Amino acid sequence: MLVRAGRFRLYAAVTEGSFRRYATYRMATAAGVFTNTVFGLILAYTYLALWDERPGLGGYDQSQALTYVWLGQALLTVMALMGGGFEGELIERIRTGDIAVDLYRPADLQLWWLAADMGRAAFQLVGRGIVPMVFGALVFDLTLPPDALGWLAFLVAAVLGVVVSFAIRFLVALSAFWLMDGAGVTQVAMLAGTFFSGMLLPLNVFPGALGEFARALPWSALLQMPADVFLGERSGTALLRTYAFQIGWAAALLTAGRLLQAVATRRVVVQGG
Amino acid sequence: MTPVRDGRPGPGSGFSQVREGLRAYRLISAMWIRSLMAYRVSFAMTALGNFAVTAFDFVAILLMFSQVDRLGGYSLAEIAFLYGASCAAFGLADLALGSMDRLGRRVRDGTLDTLLVRPAPVLAQVAADRFGLHRIGRLAQGALVLAYALVVLDIDWTPLKVLMVPLMLVCGAGIFAAVFVGGAAFQFVAQDAAEVQNAFTYGGTTLLQYPPTVFAKDLVRGVTFVLPLAFVNWLPALYVLGRPYPLDLPTWVAFTPPLVAAALLALAGVVWRTGLRSYRSTGS
Repeated sequence: MLVRAGRFRLYAAVTEGSFRRYATYRMATAAGVFTNTVFGLILAYTYLALWDERPGLGGYDQSQALTYVWLGQALLTVMALMGGGFEGELIERIRTGDIAVDLYRPADLQLWWLAADMGRAAFQLVGRGIVPMVFGALVFDLTLPPDALGWLAFLVAAVLGVVVSFAIRFLVALSAFWLMDGAGVTQVAMLAGTFFSGMLLPLNVFPGALGEFARALPWSALLQMPADVFLGERSGTALLRTYAFQIGWAAALLTAGRLLQAVATRRVVVQGG
Repeated sequence: MTPVRDGRPGPGSGFSQVREGLRAYRLISAMWIRSLMAYRVSFAMTALGNFAVTAFDFVAILLMFSQVDRLGGYSLAEIAFLYGASCAAFGLADLALGSMDRLGRRVRDGTLDTLLVRPAPVLAQVAADRFGLHRIGRLAQGALVLAYALVVLDIDWTPLKVLMVPLMLVCGAGIFAAVFVGGAAFQFVAQDAAEVQNAFTYGGTTLLQYPPTVFAKDLVRGVTFVLPLAFVNWLPALYVLGRPYPLDLPTWVAFTPPLVAAALLALAGVVWRTGLRSYRSTGS
């Protein structure tokens, strides 16, 4: 029991340290906020034009569609949809062999990086999410959760989204054990992430079978689902189903990461021997 | 009597400085291309990736048009024309100067000092540094969409309209190049803010992919009179398409992009010099 509490403190400290680390890049954060706001503004007008033409497209009214744009900008770095998470660092450690040191630590590799990534995501949500959202709410008529419970429901969906995002990127990073150069896989993962998360366009606007396919993939847990929870499109059992979908993918991908990690770790021993 | 020079270049040496800069740029970028070509598969992959990343913007437009016939009153072919022009012009500037966003890092870690002592213009060195030929993927994607638009569009071609297309690409690239240089100069001041540049470069090209009718009047005014991105493609392209200009501008503004590009490049040069002069090495 005591050991377990100690472990928890360790990972909590890793999360906090990671939060602080990202918090030191103040100028970069301010620059990012500016860029997210500019892109939010441009996209908001294109969505307005689209929803002018087709009111109620994808089951959203105009205000919901605009909110979706600003949520996308707020969650872009939180979910590391275009990279910028821990994966670059982990790939570098695998490539240089520093990973051997990590494996000797009395901490679990996957949990360690998950803790660090949670700290990063928490900072990005606060540092880069709030200001563009507030700007969007001042300029446009946005649909915000009606009460504290609505915000809480969104927060849970967002946290689960970060876990799924982490699980995908952990698998991407581990591929470096075999490929040494992670650039190709990282790029493919980034492309898939932007396309299937709903960052380009809400997945419920995707036509026919493509939409259904996209909504079944894990990336929909990163943006589309938290956004739908935020917009009040999922309540009651639908909310529970959303969480179940996110938890299901998180569990499956984390397990896959764990298995791959075991196989990869054996490779390190072979290489280092 | 010959006037005493205070070490600053006169009009004659200004020209030779440009020539020297272009020479340095050519040599350095050729070196990077050779090093890039040592790993051909890797080059092909990154170029393809560059192509794919950019293509997603157009995929988003295609997805939109799977639901609607018009956006902001424009057809898919017309938007493809705007998109292709913006993307190809930006692709040219990005190919030539895309490495300039690394300047902030160089200022931070002090490696800019190495460039200062070399006998070649700093701007040329920074621009050619890690010259990324794989960025040709973006240019290719824009050119492809532009070609598609030119094939499907029904335009009453006149010699003037035909001339407008290459002119638009060259001047558009010049305008974006000025934004790249100005953005890099800003990094002398704010070393950690490379992303601000993205707002104007990537943000600018995204904005121009859509017709001006989509955006609020104030935003259109801003990109016409403050940061004149509208001259990259909107004004010349709307002339070719025979569409009304935004803000009720007169017809002749479609022919001003060369002037706007030249003025912006000159301004960017001044801003760059000011930035470089304010540079203080980290000393590490």
